[in-house]
Amino acid sequence: MSPARSSLLVRPELVGIVPDVPPLKAIKLPVVAERRLDNGLRVVVAKRSGVPRVEARLLVPAARNNSAAPPALSRVLTKTLLSGTPGRTSTEIAQTLQRLGGHLDAGADSDDFVLSGSALASELPAFLGLLAEVVTTATHPDDEVSVQREVAAQEITLQLSQPATLARHALLRRLFGDHPYGQGPPAAAEVQAVKPAQLRKLQDKRLRPEGAILVLVGDVVPARALDQAGAALADWSSGGGRPGVAKPRPAAPAPTLLVDRPRSVQTNIRIGGPAVGRSHPDYPKLALANLVFGGYFVSRLVDNIRERRGYTYSPGSGVQQNRRAAFFTVQADVATEVTGPALVEIRYELNRMLAGPLEEAELTSAKRYLSGTLSMSIQTQAGLASYLTMLAARDLPVEYLRQFPAAVEAQDEHDVIEVARRYLAPRHLRTVMVGDVGSIRAAVEAFDDVEVQPAG
Amino acid sequence: MSATRTRRKIPKPALVVERFTLPNGLRVVLNPDRSAPTVGITVNYDVGFRSEPEGRTGFAHLFEHLMFQGSRHLEKGEADKLIEGNGGMENGSTRADYTNYISMLPANALELGLFLEADRMLEVRLTEENLANQIDVVKEEIRVNVLNQPYGGFPWIDLPPVMFETFNNAHNGYGSFVDLESATVEDARDFYDKFYAPGNALLSVSGDFDVATATSMIENHFGPIPQRQVPPLPDTSEAVPTSERRQVKTDPMAPMPALAVGYRVPDPVGALDEYLAAVVLVEVLTDGEGSRLHERLVKRDRIASHVGGMIGTFGDPFDVRDPTMLQLMAYHPGGSADQVLAAIDDEVATVATGIDADELHRVQTSLVSDHLRRLDNLLQRAMFMATLEQQRARAELVNELPQALASVEAEAVVAAAEGWMRPDARAVLEVQPGAAA
Repeated sequence: MSPARSSLLVRPELVGIVPDVPPLKAIKLPVVAERRLDNGLRVVVAKRSGVPRVEARLLVPAARNNSAAPPALSRVLTKTLLSGTPGRTSTEIAQTLQRLGGHLDAGADSDDFVLSGSALASELPAFLGLLAEVVTTATHPDDEVSVQREVAAQEITLQLSQPATLARHALLRRLFGDHPYGQGPPAAAEVQAVKPAQLRKLQDKRLRPEGAILVLVGDVVPARALDQAGAALADWSSGGGRPGVAKPRPAAPAPTLLVDRPRSVQTNIRIGGPAVGRSHPDYPKLALANLVFGGYFVSRLVDNIRERRGYTYSPGSGVQQNRRAAFFTVQADVATEVTGPALVEIRYELNRMLAGPLEEAELTSAKRYLSGTLSMSIQTQAGLASYLTMLAARDLPVEYLRQFPAAVEAQDEHDVIEVARRYLAPRHLRTVMVGDVGSIRAAVEAFDDVEVQPAG
Repeated sequence: MSATRTRRKIPKPALVVERFTLPNGLRVVLNPDRSAPTVGITVNYDVGFRSEPEGRTGFAHLFEHLMFQGSRHLEKGEADKLIEGNGGMENGSTRADYTNYISMLPANALELGLFLEADRMLEVRLTEENLANQIDVVKEEIRVNVLNQPYGGFPWIDLPPVMFETFNNAHNGYGSFVDLESATVEDARDFYDKFYAPGNALLSVSGDFDVATATSMIENHFGPIPQRQVPPLPDTSEAVPTSERRQVKTDPMAPMPALAVGYRVPDPVGALDEYLAAVVLVEVLTDGEGSRLHERLVKRDRIASHVGGMIGTFGDPFDVRDPTMLQLMAYHPGGSADQVLAAIDDEVATVATGIDADELHRVQTSLVSDHLRRLDNLLQRAMFMATLEQQRARAELVNELPQALASVEAEAVVAAAEGWMRPDARAVLEVQPGAAA
């Protein structure tokens, strides 16, 4: 037992008062069974018998490739996928799920369609049957499409009334321009114009097993679950494959964007730039740099603009990853009147990451946080299912659960500063803000060239 | 009773529940589970925003923030460093009837987590500087969640003052800026003295530990905390309305009209059987696209884009005391509030004519499955057991609820619809887009 392991993180006076914490146990790798069906679908099963349930994730490539799957079509498809099959109406599908103790939601991110669901473990065969039925035979009935495209349009209207959504889309646009990753939701009018025949064609063309991944985690016998998945989905006729969104080109330098939202009592500040994802050797260093800067509560950013200055409630930073691009982001929703000072402090903390030094406690803390939260995040059926899906989508092995903490542990202060200079430097980052431009413009213009996007 | 019911297999969790009370009054519930190297810890104090005095709206929540600002041995920020720096996560929440302090930690840090909770139960450091800082932070929390948001506070802040008449039940739990800004260190000291006694708290731990070891750690860290007087629960008694109560709120940021409807329900603690019928009823009406109100409002009448429902302030039917509400919410760009209300009345009347076994069973299966899903997360489980034990002295309900939910009879659901979802006893909040009046 190492002496006073906890006290490394606090004052020496607390040695002997704060309980010692023994080293973290190594992560126990989940036992994963895997099979590739003849049609190309990759099935991954892990046993986690916490409760008598099973979680499922089905990931199918190509949600947002503009030519292959236009955003308005993808958006409506995720709603009408569960709206009818030759054998069941939308109501019958929903009621069947209730009978199985289940849920099934369809969504689309920038790269993939994702069906996310769960059921009582005893109902797995019926659940897989229903999943296969909707994926392979959804009919997108005319009357359902006419309801769901209106609902989708209204959801988009609601989303775009949220300042945080506006800010996120403004930043993505700044980072990725016309690339699919830079697009916000489709216009409500585009969604309302979607025709059932287009959805049927899109389903036929894009919802195919090649490149798709099905992950099952729960109170199941893996070999049997593989057989059940194979039986349910063997008839999914092949085709599909990764259509390959182009790698985005680096965004050209641009002035700070102010999106006007008159009478806002806060400014939503978003700062971001290109970064790297899990498969890149810089990633463990970047994960540490992100944490020390703003990735968790005891970070420099939170300490500064929340706990010392009270400018904001929930500031933070993160590394986000699409299949073809990763990006680093900083977010803070601050009181309108402190927009200028908050911007100064955020950039000060970014620059301090580039200048160094890092305290030993900061590095130790970030390393242990990454290892500990990784271990905890895979304890639930839902958590493990999502994590295994992420690994499978990136072609990473399950051993990554051990390799990543080991790689993190090997980094030192200089590694983190070096990587911060590469990805956290304010001169490489773009800034956008949503707020009352009339009140904040002068403060921002004191530092930055500014471009204003009018309200509406 | 019926043949169909006996054929149904209702999963029965067998979670271990151990309980004891320390001499200073602290109640403890332990749920050992060695299946994953993680522990979930919560300390629930029996004080929520319904305990706040008039003129001090939002104080329970503000005080929750102050509990993270230093304790007997630790300066501001040190507890956070110890938790996150050992791979854990922590948070706190203020609810109508309780305030909790939660953490999820790798099992090797169990004693650390217990020490940190004991240290702030023993003493909280209250300074002018930290108070001023956290008032600012809370104001930003309110801005981000309410003032700068369309539908901010819908319906948890806006519906209670329509339904309820007493200050305890009706007031805004986030608080007014005037009240928050006038809070003093002295107020905080009084609040802590009054409500944060060990006898007013419950510690719940789930996860990878040995009961004897954990018990000894708890005795060592919490045992020395002096016993203090425990306050009575706030008076929340209030009659059920005898006529519809209705308010309209204008929201300049809202792009479409929305509606919340509240109905009183049986006492969640004192009349559990009748209450469970209401829990089933709200699922019959609003659980997803197979539910009656979705079918009616979204698909048939096409006046709503979304309809939802829940019981309790934030959707957990088992973390509130009486009085609480069954709430229905709809965004309805395609029709008027009165059209939505008429359709709701119509559907409630249809439920009151009876509900068949198939519908009842699938809704119950769905509820049971959701319950199990919640138990899979050790922290969620510890939190669930904490409120069940604190409010009902029955943490074992985590094991019993599946059977209890599955045993609700159709007649009881019908009776809940007839008895409680009456137009003349409801509260209606309309949110209309447009400029502030």
